[in-house]
Amino acid sequence: MSVPSAASPAAWDRRPGVLEAGPLRRLASGTAAMALAEMRKLRHDHVDVFTRSVQPLLWLYLFGTALRHTHALTLGTLDYRVYLAPGVMAQAAMFIAIFYGLAVIWERDVGQLQRLLATPLPRAAIVLGKAVGACVRALVQALLLLSVLAITGIALRWSLTGVIGALAMLMLGTAAFACMSMLIAAAVKDRERFMGIGQLVMMPLFFASSALYPLSIMPGWLRALARVNPLTYEVQGLRQMLVGVGASGVLWLDFLVVAGFFAAMLAAATRAYPKAIL
Amino acid sequence: MADSPNLAVLVDDLVVRFEEVEAVGGVSFAVAPGEVFGLLGPNGAGKTTTIRVLTTLLAPTSGRALVAGFDVRRQSLQVRASIGYVPQAISVDGALTAFENLDFYASVTGVPRSERRERIEQAIIEMDLQDMLDRLARTLSGGMLRRLEIASALLNRPAVLFLDEPTVGLDPTARQVVWERLAALREQAGTTILFTTHVMEEAERYCERLAIMDEGRLVEQGTPAEVCLRHGTESLEEVFTAVTGRRIEEHHEGRLRDVRAQRRIARRLG
Repeated sequence: MSVPSAASPAAWDRRPGVLEAGPLRRLASGTAAMALAEMRKLRHDHVDVFTRSVQPLLWLYLFGTALRHTHALTLGTLDYRVYLAPGVMAQAAMFIAIFYGLAVIWERDVGQLQRLLATPLPRAAIVLGKAVGACVRALVQALLLLSVLAITGIALRWSLTGVIGALAMLMLGTAAFACMSMLIAAAVKDRERFMGIGQLVMMPLFFASSALYPLSIMPGWLRALARVNPLTYEVQGLRQMLVGVGASGVLWLDFLVVAGFFAAMLAAATRAYPKAIL
Repeated sequence: MADSPNLAVLVDDLVVRFEEVEAVGGVSFAVAPGEVFGLLGPNGAGKTTTIRVLTTLLAPTSGRALVAGFDVRRQSLQVRASIGYVPQAISVDGALTAFENLDFYASVTGVPRSERRERIEQAIIEMDLQDMLDRLARTLSGGMLRRLEIASALLNRPAVLFLDEPTVGLDPTARQVVWERLAALREQAGTTILFTTHVMEEAERYCERLAIMDEGRLVEQGTPAEVCLRHGTESLEEVFTAVTGRRIEEHHEGRLRDVRAQRRIARRLG
């Protein structure tokens, strides 16, 4: 092979087109590309969505049915399954999000993460893209769950704005927990260790929240924990929009807390992400 | 381009330290545009660490590295926009089809939407992927996977293509096909290729110039013929023995994580 001259090293067109687009545009297109890839993966593996959808249904129709007439849990007025539905919806989405960190560790192990980090894709787009990926899965799961609720006659307050608002809240919460999961993945770097830590984080988040029972029946120390738990605000928002009952009744505050949590986790995960490859 | 416009890669007294361990200790070399340059050495020699610095994945402790004229530390975004990178582990997504993988990498490397289709088609022809586009990547053979990865790294028309152990885990036939495709790419497009390998025979056959690394240091460099002549040997393997005092395969296999990673790659390519 002969060495070509430095002046004309290749027949390639070398316009740096990628850098002509501003950082925000690159962030948006990178995030969209990662979300599209996630949707394509889902299309190749529908079984995954259905198997994941079983878990919230079990909570609702086994756990919820068993405690259906326990009016203390629902402040005396509702079928417990109606009260529980937003809680299990949020919990199932959090479950998807928290274990997204496992995928990040796997991608590090197989070289995908290194590839992505060596592209001009902004770091935030990688994190945001993965978070959107978790949202796509959570959204499909939530739509399936809502369909089953409608078919089985669970008496939610069915309104278009309520459902859209609830799905928006669910996406925000899922994205936030997915970012938190990536932060944990960057710290632990090991799949086995991540499984342990994932459980350790998820269980207290779930039980110290308003997903299963109202804050008012909790002892003071647990209520204090629940009040600093973002899942509480996510569930309160969902319940407000889907059932018409909220612990605080201040929907904008619920959105604000979850959005603030998401922003903080996104910033932290973006900062920590490159360390994930070491 | 900024500094040293006549060089595709310039590495000047590069040092990478992980706490007390010096993974790369004062390495210097240069690669001309259009050259096929091999970084040789046993596992743990510092080749992958050097490539990680050049692909901006790792910040150097000291020294300077330029890729396509851009400084890896100060102009990392420009570097990432100018390169293609295929890491040692299999980096395509097994849950996507071959075409979807190409489309994904075209998007994330910033190929303009209007040119995407044409670039993907060109890469498909260059790496001979026509018959596997609709297959999930996890169902492809080792050689096909490597060709798919290289195709996905070419979509942004990189000034420099970095390949970390591109043929590790492949059988001899698949290995030869990968090299044939790379040689054709080099002939047609003049892409600069910097690859690492611990297979001396592969380096002898395909490199125009090479550098031999051992324990983080660069112990020899030149064309394969030059270095053999300098040490009065017939092969690069003998050159390695002459400069280090031991055979290449006697070297330790690297850390547990490296060994695990290598076995995982071999299993996936198997």
